[in-house]
Amino acid sequence: MTHTQSLFFQKFAITPNDLQRYLGEALSAGGEYADLYFEYLTSTSIAVEESIVKSASQGISAGCGVRVLSGERTGYAYTDDLAPEKIMRAARTAALIARGPATQPVQNLKEAAGHQLYQVSSPSADADIASKLELVMRSDKAGRAFDPRIVQVRASYVDELRQILVIGSDGTYATDVQPMARFSVSCIAKSGENSARGASGGGGRVGLDFYQNEKTPEYYATEAARQAIIQLDAREAPAGEMEVVLGPGWPGILLHEAIGHGLEADFNRKGTSAFSGMIGKRVASEKCTVVDNGTLPSRRGSINVDDEGSPTQNTVLIEKGILKGYLSDKLSSKLMGMPDTGNGRRESYEHIPMPRMTNTYMLAGEDTPEDIIKSVKRGLYAVNFGGGQVDITNGKFVFSTSEAYMIEDGKVTAPLKNCTLIGNGPDALTKVSMVGNDLKLDEGVGTCGKDGQSVPVGVGIPTIKLDSMTVGGTAR
Amino acid sequence: MATKTEVVPTETDLRNLATDVVDRAMKAGATAAESVVREGNEFSTVVRMGSVETLKESGSRAMGLRVFMGQRSASTYSSDFTEDGIQRLVKGAVELAHVTSEDSFSGLPDPSELGSLSNDLQLYFDDVYSLPPEERIDYARRAERAALDVDPRLKNSDGGSFDAGTGHKVLANSLGFVGEYRRSSCSLSAVPIAQVEGGSMQRDYWFSVARTLAKLDSPEAVGREAARRTLRRIGARKISSTEAPIVLDPMVSVSILGNIFEGATGDAVYRQSSFMAGKIGQKIAGSNITVIDDGTIVGGFGSEPFDGEGVPTRRTVVIENGELKSYLLNTYTARKLGMKTTGNASRGLAGSPGIGAGNFFLQPGTRTPQQIIGDVKRGFYVTEFMGFGVNLVTGDFSRGASGLWIENGELAYPVEEVTVAGNLKDMLNNISEIGNDLVFRGSSACPTLRIDGMTIAGA
Repeated sequence: MTHTQSLFFQKFAITPNDLQRYLGEALSAGGEYADLYFEYLTSTSIAVEESIVKSASQGISAGCGVRVLSGERTGYAYTDDLAPEKIMRAARTAALIARGPATQPVQNLKEAAGHQLYQVSSPSADADIASKLELVMRSDKAGRAFDPRIVQVRASYVDELRQILVIGSDGTYATDVQPMARFSVSCIAKSGENSARGASGGGGRVGLDFYQNEKTPEYYATEAARQAIIQLDAREAPAGEMEVVLGPGWPGILLHEAIGHGLEADFNRKGTSAFSGMIGKRVASEKCTVVDNGTLPSRRGSINVDDEGSPTQNTVLIEKGILKGYLSDKLSSKLMGMPDTGNGRRESYEHIPMPRMTNTYMLAGEDTPEDIIKSVKRGLYAVNFGGGQVDITNGKFVFSTSEAYMIEDGKVTAPLKNCTLIGNGPDALTKVSMVGNDLKLDEGVGTCGKDGQSVPVGVGIPTIKLDSMTVGGTAR
Repeated sequence: MATKTEVVPTETDLRNLATDVVDRAMKAGATAAESVVREGNEFSTVVRMGSVETLKESGSRAMGLRVFMGQRSASTYSSDFTEDGIQRLVKGAVELAHVTSEDSFSGLPDPSELGSLSNDLQLYFDDVYSLPPEERIDYARRAERAALDVDPRLKNSDGGSFDAGTGHKVLANSLGFVGEYRRSSCSLSAVPIAQVEGGSMQRDYWFSVARTLAKLDSPEAVGREAARRTLRRIGARKISSTEAPIVLDPMVSVSILGNIFEGATGDAVYRQSSFMAGKIGQKIAGSNITVIDDGTIVGGFGSEPFDGEGVPTRRTVVIENGELKSYLLNTYTARKLGMKTTGNASRGLAGSPGIGAGNFFLQPGTRTPQQIIGDVKRGFYVTEFMGFGVNLVTGDFSRGASGLWIENGELAYPVEEVTVAGNLKDMLNNISEIGNDLVFRGSSACPTLRIDGMTIAGA
């Protein structure tokens, strides 16, 4: 095994021999596979409110999670103390899931060549705090300057550096250093008795220079303030089924909720997803090709390797409307006899990995956004959303607008109050009749929750039109 | 096959650690400091289709430090309890405090506000770990089995689960406050899935949660209720858009309470991001509405002897007969608003304290849920809300919903893929019925409610 610069060897004096021993202990009571996941996470967060730096905090979290797989069974234990006897104890606890003598030998650990999706020369985590503060203060200033009706601006900057080491009894050996930065701004606008809110933000696996050169604090502040001001004039949203046009970027949360979760392999293996057994069937219109791609450089949803040490991939989920594949992890791929797509992720060393999305988006089509809007007689045009949710068993999903307008006779008209759109995953995308040429990914704000575990993700779509979707407004 | 998790640091260890960290911070130049040390154990198992699917058991601990340098403050957290780790924790907080701004409202509570409830709140029972591991697994298996046995249409399952956990927390500050308590919880759930021939699937669940094993419902009771809830979803249809009264199942009405809580926090109020801001003394709801926060209820899921800053918890009437009486505050927000803390500070490991509820509930009425439904000629009995479509700044409310259509006082057929929309300002004034069925299955609770005047959007 090649020598590595890994923090875990240097800081915690964990040797390759130790690693082999831990894996052996984990498999000592039987089981087909074991892995150890080491994680060292440092994080900084600062926030400005009422034009002063109200809070700053920093933290370190480190630990190791041990997993043993025996058939469909998973045993798991973790420790935040990386002393050898604590890791051995965790390995023994995880081993309890299996029964019987060891049958699988531990393979030689072999480091595979991986992607290099985020070679950040100076990670934000190392930058001095004064420069981060300066960015956040600039946002505050720009938000307040946007309009006298802006009465509150809150801006924050959070960055982290997550270093991982994954070893598996099948010979997996992977390390990764994962930076992440996220800028957020929210504004409150007030006019008489009327109040409204707006929010913006973004980032990814980038350094501080991203915010100096590409998306500045002023950009985010202006966006948040603009949204709040527009919402002051929002009128009641319509109620019922109608044509819906989604703008590019974050509205791609449609895909995440409508089909993304439903295509995670664990649900399909168990037959609990509305998409179970539908490989090869039509689940979207011919204009829709949807992928989950963990290999986009610098994106919030990208990773070089997943949290089981498998390299990430660009996986085609839906091709011209036909369902092609699921997102898998090691357990799913083994039990389903399908290739591992490198989507095994976990929130932290305290959590069991499972299939999760990375960056989920629809490929660009040929229509222009202008033509798409012109084609609508009466409908909704939604350009920004809060969050969403899905029941993968009956397929029902929702997502809630944060900036939307009426379309009347092919023209965008009045801004609308926030409302929830609801649909049915297996057929919602069959109603996509126009797909724009303007694919955008979101700004780097997405966090996905599943089974109590949060992971960072990305979404994206071009402007698209759905012929029908239920809009949850109040005006009939 | 007894399993033991990590050796638990003794009480003395955690207390000493917390006070030691505060001392070190003061010696390093802080003018005030507050530390929290937490340790906990967890066990969880999921049994699916009769076989163990996951088995997880572990313990962890971590600490957080908040320091003040005059009117500047910062915080650090770590899971590294070595000498080196503690030194870095302290040094990091002190250095970080230099870069924040002076905030005249920041600081520890007034010394006179500090304290801890002295009675035993009965938050900790070590019987949550008294079942041998095989029996814990069997609880989960029995809950799932009981659900699937109810009806042949229940062919699949997301499993039965059993969880148990204990926690130990110490809070110490440089004003001499040291407080600690332990708590425990255990829970059981079943998630059956129904499928009809050639039709779609439906899934629902039921659960029981308690601080002691003795108060947990039987696996069979949990399984049967989970089956009942799942079966009533079969054949769900989408309905046309309409206006009609809605009746909310307690599992759903409790989310409205959650919205009220968020609107009543001192943070939302001083930030002008709550539709309830500035309305103390005004009528914001119907006269039948009384909402209370009480952190002192013995055994309550939301009870604790002191809040996240070392201030004793108490009972606070938030809304009384429709009138807004009090916000829920911590020290900072109380100072911002010229008021006193209500003992609702909530402290994670990092960052400044936020605001948390104790046991938060709507006072029950006298009608039964059956009577309330029986009075509805045509309406929607909501058993599930989906999504996050609540805007507390404006009060706008729009969420996905499933449930059962009410026709002439009877539950007629299941409904799905619709939304329910309105505005909280109106909703609070249009709660025309409150049930007598207040049951705590968590730290917040609400009886069955009937709300008029909302819009149901569907086909």
